[in-house]
Amino acid sequence: MMISAIVRTAIVSLRRDRAALALSFILPVVFFSIFASIFGGRHNATPKVSVLVVDEDHTRASQRLVKGLQSEGSLVVKTRPAPVKGAEQPEYNAATAEVAVKEGAAPVALIIPHGFGENPISFGPRDASRPTIQLLEDSSDAIAPQVVAGLLQKVAVTAMPDVMAEQGSKYFDQFAGGLTKDQRDRLDEGLRSLREREESGAATTASSDSGSGGIIAVTSRAVVGENKNNPMVSFYAAAIGVMFLLFTASGAAGALLDEAESGTLDRVLASRVTMTSLMLGKLTYNSVLAFSQLVLMFLWGWAVFKLDFWSHIPGFMVMGVCTSVAVASFGLLLASICKTRAQLGALSTLVILVMSSIGGSMFPRFLMPEAMQKAGLLTINAWAIDGFTKIFWRDEPISHLWPQVLVLVGIAIVLFAIARRVARRWEYA
Amino acid sequence: MSALAATSTSLQPLRIDRLVKRFGQVTAVNGITLELRSGECLGLLGPNGAGKSTLIRSIVGRVIPDAGTIQVFAAPADSTAARNSLGWIPQELALYPRLTCRENLQSFGRYHGLSGATLEQAVDRCLGWSTLTDRAGELVKNLSGGMKRRLNMAAGMIHQPKLVLMDEPTVGVDPQSRNHIFEMIEKLRDEGMSIIYTTHYMEEAERLCDRVAIVDHGKIIALGTNAELVQNAFGSRSQVLARFAGADVETNERVALWVAQHGGQPVDGAAQFTIEHPTEIAGLLEDSAKAGLELLDVSLRKPNLESVFLHLTGRELRD
Repeated sequence: MMISAIVRTAIVSLRRDRAALALSFILPVVFFSIFASIFGGRHNATPKVSVLVVDEDHTRASQRLVKGLQSEGSLVVKTRPAPVKGAEQPEYNAATAEVAVKEGAAPVALIIPHGFGENPISFGPRDASRPTIQLLEDSSDAIAPQVVAGLLQKVAVTAMPDVMAEQGSKYFDQFAGGLTKDQRDRLDEGLRSLREREESGAATTASSDSGSGGIIAVTSRAVVGENKNNPMVSFYAAAIGVMFLLFTASGAAGALLDEAESGTLDRVLASRVTMTSLMLGKLTYNSVLAFSQLVLMFLWGWAVFKLDFWSHIPGFMVMGVCTSVAVASFGLLLASICKTRAQLGALSTLVILVMSSIGGSMFPRFLMPEAMQKAGLLTINAWAIDGFTKIFWRDEPISHLWPQVLVLVGIAIVLFAIARRVARRWEYA
Repeated sequence: MSALAATSTSLQPLRIDRLVKRFGQVTAVNGITLELRSGECLGLLGPNGAGKSTLIRSIVGRVIPDAGTIQVFAAPADSTAARNSLGWIPQELALYPRLTCRENLQSFGRYHGLSGATLEQAVDRCLGWSTLTDRAGELVKNLSGGMKRRLNMAAGMIHQPKLVLMDEPTVGVDPQSRNHIFEMIEKLRDEGMSIIYTTHYMEEAERLCDRVAIVDHGKIIALGTNAELVQNAFGSRSQVLARFAGADVETNERVALWVAQHGGQPVDGAAQFTIEHPTEIAGLLEDSAKAGLELLDVSLRKPNLESVFLHLTGRELRD
């Protein structure tokens, strides 16, 4: 009897507490959906790996390798940059592909060198004089280079069966004393048939058995992050930092609600302070608070995880200030929308966790399906993390931060303007 | 607090003309017209929900009226000039709990444009007025209820206003603290400050106010000095209060019936009559005995503001 009375009271209380209801039932479902979309491979939505391919060889073998790579479903092969204002761009070369990887256009580039077609496949011991394919990688992405390297070997087997057989017979001639005329005729016949099938497009690239490894010689080289002590620290300093900045900013902005409830806000607004100056004051304070948090985060990263902080101070300042102002505006908007602290707590938890998960604060965005990567661009997290990554990971100059600066400052202005508008409810009765 | 005293001015501190404020279907202020004289303490007396706080908030610019005008020293309410002249002591404890007394006063002083030595002098003066000088470094959240009330008042006086609006400044304080607050207000009065004082305690209005406006349902239903209000409502008549034995439903019904028959009013289970001459008491007592009511005690008293309110509205102040 007593137990049921307690349960009834608790149920009624929960039903009337919309904030608690949202946290109890909506947040888990939203989170489940986000994680399921990212890791569940729903509707073939797993992310494709972008790879830049430079064919310096221009032989039949190299062209077939490129074609084979292009028909791989899990790769997006780019041989030239996207058109600019409708004008087709020149094909990548080794230098431009390396720059593109450094700038984050793709995590991997493959350079097929001159002379590759003369001796594309090797079963024997590695010959140092033989031209090898270069794999340029951005080591912040631990997965893409492995995927490309594996698929490259698979494509060698499935896209160039005739080359492989021909190469095999050469090895046989070299190490086993050659074939008899009868054997040679039958082999040539087989090779001819393979070429005909290949040229008629009948060759399949759908084989799932890519088993053999290392038949194409590949040299990997990290072109981004090669000198970093601890490559992912800068990413996580920014990613986790931004998420907690958002929580702190919304909590700090909640002071507005406390002041409204206690009557202090009324008293302040009855003085010479206007609503706009009050909110600008709060924005400034919350921005300084957020910036201090970022400084602490990165200093900790430097002290404990050897993050290269001191040589990136100017870029850090630019991104730190823009990120701090954006999150402060975001916090003010949330606080001005909510009527109570409890509402603010629930709404901020919901919004910030969702933003952080799709914006890359919980796991890198390059792991997400393309649609979700695009959705992430609607969050402060994504732009802030991208900016910090440019500075700390790619060592890009400050001038390259303009898209992030523009977006974050734009977000700050728009969110503040909306918050100011919503705050009119406190201004007068 | 002599520096807080009203600067001699020929301008009228406050003039309200046909003020109306509605919240949805509810008319909180319904056509109030009021003038405050320089150096006067005017009480707004009325029950909770009568519209007193809405009137105060309109004067201070926190509520925008639907109709009517308000002028503070000839300047429109909500103008900078009006804000500078007005001190507002809200009903709520509008303070920063994690700041000390001094820090609170400094903050509100800065919000009013004070700085440097002027600010520090104002803070010291207000701490002295509220007798909180020795608690200046104490966090507000650690103060007693009475001390918080006094600091709340001090914060409204930090910029040396010429007109002070006090919205029930004694709500929730013990009698000793209330007395302390009365002394603070009396000091201001002695210095010639113009004050509007809202309360639903008749004793406060009688003690502190030169004139009293009785407010009910958003209207001023009577305005004058204490004596004028009583005189207008009762003339030279007195009040008799008779209490009877028995608190059961049947007795109460018989008392109510008897009171109604003799033109009286039931008040807290007792019977109240207004009489012209004390000799009328004998007749009433005789009638009550005939009605089978057992008299416990009877008292004769002069009418007060509470009686005036009851007389005008048929309700008690704290209904």
